[in-house]
Amino acid sequence: MPQVEPTPPLLDVRDLVTEFPTRTGVFTAVNGVSFSIAPGKTLCVVGESGSGKSVTARSILQIVDQPGRIARGQILLRGPDGNMLDLAMLDPRGRAIRAVRGARIAMIFQEPMSSLSPVHTVGDQIIEALRLHLRMNKTEARAEAISLLGQVEIPDPQKAVDRYAFEYSGGMRQRAMIAMALACKPQLLIADEPTTALDVTTQAEILDLIARLQKAHGMAVLFITHDMGVVAQIADDVLVMNQGVVKEYGPVEQIFHAPKDDYTKMLIGSVLKLEHKAEARASRPPIDMTATPILDIQGLTMKFGEFTALDKVSITLQPGETLGIVGESGSGKTTMGRAVMRLYDPSGGRILYRRADGAQVDLAELHGSDLKAVRRELRMVFQDPFGSLNPRMTVAQIIAEPLLVNGIARGRQLDERVCHLMEQVGLNPATRERYPHAFSGGQRQRIGIARAITLNPRVIVADEATSALDVSVRSQVLDLLMRLQDELGLAYIFISHDIGVIRYMCDRVGVMYRGQLVEVGAADKVCNNPDHPYTQALLSAIPRPDPRDRDRSRRFRYRAEDQPEPARAVG
Amino acid sequence: MLRFIAKRFLWMIPSLFAVSFLAFVLIQLPPGDYVTTYVATLASSNEIVDQNAAAQLRERFGLDQPMIVQYSKWIWGIVTRGDFGLSFEWQQPVSGLIWERMALTLVLAVVSLLVTWAIALPIGVYSAVRKYSIGDYGFTIFSFLGLSIPSFLLALVLMYVAAVHFGQSVGGLFSPEYENAPWSFGKLLDLLHHLWLPVIILAVSSTASLIRVMRANMLDELPKPYVTTARAKGLSELRLLLKYPMRIALNPFISTIAWLLPNLISGSVVVAIVLNLPTAAPMLLQSLMAQDMYLAGAFVLLICALTLIGSLISDILLALVDPRIRLE
Amino acid sequence: MTDASLQAEVPAERVAVASQWQLIWWAFRRHKLAMIALVVTIALYTVALVPGFFAINDPVKQNARSTFHPPQRVHVIDRSDGLQIGLYFRPLKMTRDPETLAAIFKEDPTKKVGIRLFGRGYEYSVLGLFRSNIHLLASSDPKQPLYLFGADRLGRDVYSRVVQGAQISLSIGLVGVALSLALGVILGGISGYYGGKIDFVIQRVIEFVLALPTIPIWLALAAALPQNWPATLQYMMITIILSLTGWAQLARVVRGRFLSLRSEEFVAAARLDGVPERRIIFRHMLPSFASHIIASVTLAVPAMILAETSLSFLGLGLQPPTISWGVLLREAQNIRSIATAPWLFLPGAAVVLAVMALNLLGDGLRDAADPYNK
Repeated sequence: MPQVEPTPPLLDVRDLVTEFPTRTGVFTAVNGVSFSIAPGKTLCVVGESGSGKSVTARSILQIVDQPGRIARGQILLRGPDGNMLDLAMLDPRGRAIRAVRGARIAMIFQEPMSSLSPVHTVGDQIIEALRLHLRMNKTEARAEAISLLGQVEIPDPQKAVDRYAFEYSGGMRQRAMIAMALACKPQLLIADEPTTALDVTTQAEILDLIARLQKAHGMAVLFITHDMGVVAQIADDVLVMNQGVVKEYGPVEQIFHAPKDDYTKMLIGSVLKLEHKAEARASRPPIDMTATPILDIQGLTMKFGEFTALDKVSITLQPGETLGIVGESGSGKTTMGRAVMRLYDPSGGRILYRRADGAQVDLAELHGSDLKAVRRELRMVFQDPFGSLNPRMTVAQIIAEPLLVNGIARGRQLDERVCHLMEQVGLNPATRERYPHAFSGGQRQRIGIARAITLNPRVIVADEATSALDVSVRSQVLDLLMRLQDELGLAYIFISHDIGVIRYMCDRVGVMYRGQLVEVGAADKVCNNPDHPYTQALLSAIPRPDPRDRDRSRRFRYRAEDQPEPARAVG
Repeated sequence: MLRFIAKRFLWMIPSLFAVSFLAFVLIQLPPGDYVTTYVATLASSNEIVDQNAAAQLRERFGLDQPMIVQYSKWIWGIVTRGDFGLSFEWQQPVSGLIWERMALTLVLAVVSLLVTWAIALPIGVYSAVRKYSIGDYGFTIFSFLGLSIPSFLLALVLMYVAAVHFGQSVGGLFSPEYENAPWSFGKLLDLLHHLWLPVIILAVSSTASLIRVMRANMLDELPKPYVTTARAKGLSELRLLLKYPMRIALNPFISTIAWLLPNLISGSVVVAIVLNLPTAAPMLLQSLMAQDMYLAGAFVLLICALTLIGSLISDILLALVDPRIRLE
Repeated sequence: MTDASLQAEVPAERVAVASQWQLIWWAFRRHKLAMIALVVTIALYTVALVPGFFAINDPVKQNARSTFHPPQRVHVIDRSDGLQIGLYFRPLKMTRDPETLAAIFKEDPTKKVGIRLFGRGYEYSVLGLFRSNIHLLASSDPKQPLYLFGADRLGRDVYSRVVQGAQISLSIGLVGVALSLALGVILGGISGYYGGKIDFVIQRVIEFVLALPTIPIWLALAAALPQNWPATLQYMMITIILSLTGWAQLARVVRGRFLSLRSEEFVAAARLDGVPERRIIFRHMLPSFASHIIASVTLAVPAMILAETSLSFLGLGLQPPTISWGVLLREAQNIRSIATAPWLFLPGAAVVLAVMALNLLGDGLRDAADPYNK
């Protein structure tokens, strides 16, 4: 149990069990979870996918998706008069629980776009809550909605109130969600991964906003997240969950600096691991920057109609080097990877590639069989471990496909090659006749890597290759990539939005912002002490996974042309 | 919004020309022409028509000219004077024959559409919300049955039941005393009294398919996060259902006008023939058989135009109710 | 991920190596109504394949003494002379009402005619390959025909005509849909694969065709067919007419699938693997939407069957002596005939059964078509 609490808890959850009946039995998503939150405090529930953290949050308001139901336990909410109300006992459709929802406990969700109705104005959805719980008339409610939008720092709230969610930008939508949640001044705000879908700089602003409003209203916050950095920055207490059960529960300081449970230790360990350069890289002699580059990108430009996704990007890649490309959504980093692979035809510039025999070719100019020949040496690992593998082919067929269509191996020899490749990426070759649906996300990404190295490539472009993976799996895949690099002498272009991942394995980093490369330099330098103000702003926004390092004052936002964030938003 | 409607209207013009041309080509397809049929009819009653007379007839009706010329004359007459040409068989202008029948066709289709909506909407919502309940299974079986019964068969069975078990003959849209009477309140009541049977027959199959559509739409919307948001706000289930998922599921539902109207008009053709309704269909069938080309052409053109207007209305309605389309 | 509940029903190691079709089958199998529909559909098409075997009497043979002969009951147990078990029927005796002269049929309790399984009857051709006279059910007395569904105005056996009509009515759905599919796949494929201007034009054509009211167009087209054409030519023309409007829906489905697949990452990955364009289409894209196409096609067949039935019923489709369900239902057009012989509706029951089975089957297939989307 956490430290002695001076105030009685606002919410006290005891031995909560939430079940989902299925055709063949009962799946227990939340199994005996207990915790409590004091007024004005923040409790973070942290866990990887499938941990039951989201179901726990939804159980409190009894809005678990069908056919889920609370099987046991108490959810005690303290009223203003000090009486405890057991929410678990209430009828999920009844009047009593509805009087709590939105009024005493409000909730915000991960996807602000889909969490707002597409055919009602934002104002309409806020006004609804005000009229429902506070019995305001239309004029009052509208004025209050405008004031709320102002409080969450939405520019021009008079106009914004009549706009639809799709006319807002991602960050603004989450602000509107927060305005809606705060409409009735709830005692508790449940935030279910509210910043996961946002860029790191937007995330920082939303976290600041929640913290400020929390202070102003004396509201308690139950924050669900998978991001240990966020936890370290905002939590008072932390609940670590895994597969429906509580692994550890205590003050944030204890969880980060004196974890007792093995799972917590593993979780913290894998996060801290990405705070430093990998040992395998720190000990490696530096890349020879004077050698002739294997890839020399000059003035690469990519236009989609009017929109310029890549604006004269120039960068080189040395043999054996890992070049990181970092940037937020819309920065053009993915477009760059795809243009290099010639999945897009560049609108301008050159992509000079030095082949194994020393001959230099311009990838931007290649066509037909020449392009096909070069593509054997340049390979790609995709972000989505689900979408990038054809679900209708077995793993053996997927890995063998490049060998087969390039006429490199067939029959028994092909089978042997496939088995060998699977061993190389740490998969059991006996599972090669299985289909992708039988593998976990991390295993699928290994399959994707096996496919990428089948043709003995020299360069691999990895586009957000670990973003879809849980943090504990992430470093394993990164380690695999580095091992293969050393074994096969590969050069990587490693595209990611995650500075931690970049710092862990890259030699050099290029930072992209709105289609341009704003800074290139050694990974240590760029990730710790950058020159460009945008990179500095980006770094400052990253939540550090240490509760002792919570200085928000150094955080700032970079504004090209000194434009406010929602430049493209309203209107 | 206005631009959208204007654009959509402009798009109607080439479409209408396309259907008019299509209609004209269709009625020109049968080998021979009205005169051939006419001569054959006379010949069967032992009257001999000499080739000269036939040629004169052709010249009089303009049937000896190339098709494109005939088409141009026809469409020019329609656009400038509302003149659809002459019915060979009835020996009077087509425009005098078709309008009342077209109006009754439209009334039948629109009333069926409204009845279909009124039944399908609540049932579809109910079936989705109470998925796999006994009621849902019942409605599912009903809708598959409704989809599987050809409308003319349903019409025949109902006629049979009425005739054998109730000793009534059903059919037509008016009682004999009103059939040729001018419009009056009594005639309107009489129409309503007769309309329900064809409306039910037409509505059965379209209701069946629309229940499936609405159920599927609702099932798509119900698990969406915005529904959870609304629930977390404290709305009651009914209010929440009506304001959010149903409102959004309604949008694809509205676009069903575009295909429901053609379907209803199509379906009404067969039903009208079986029940001998004074709508366009029986006369269309008769004119097609007799190769009375301008009469048939006018019907095909107007029926096609009607469905094009239906899809125009559905597009405009959709833009009105869905801000995502309106503000695009 | 695949359906979680599926994993509990089938051992995980089998799910792991299960192909797309295996997963679809497992998902489909749980849909009970669709499974029943599958069995019924297979049974109906078996009948349509060799209608002669399933028929009892020659469907074209007229018999003036049997005009509007009512359906007969098939008995199993005979207690008249101890207990006997076996299929038999009692022939009906016709008398005339002395006043109205209407025929009255009465079961003759003294007579008993056995029904033979795999007995011999009239001679028929099996798919034009060879001839046979073995029938599933046959009356043991050739002079006493069995009228399971009664007889029509000309004393022809309605049951055997329904069985014979299945061949035309059910096959016209398949052939018509095959034609539509060919048109739809070619145009939809071009539209979805190339995009751009071609896509725009084809899209507008599809929209136009979809907005047309089908029956008046069919009527006009069918009216153009000379009534005296041979049956096979008529059959071909009717299927072509039906598919002229049917292709648009399928083209739309194909185009949509092509578009969404084109942006799939595994297709991009295949391209980077150096897979030639043709292999991408046939090895990677086609298997991904084959199941959806099969479901759409299954749902299109019943619509075609209904269309043929309606057209033939109006006298603009197939013409007698061709036997299709629509042609048979023309007999029921007259309120007086159905008042005396309501069994003339029975071909309609066959239509409803077939259309319903195909609709349910298609619905089940559509639900199971994508086993990878939860």
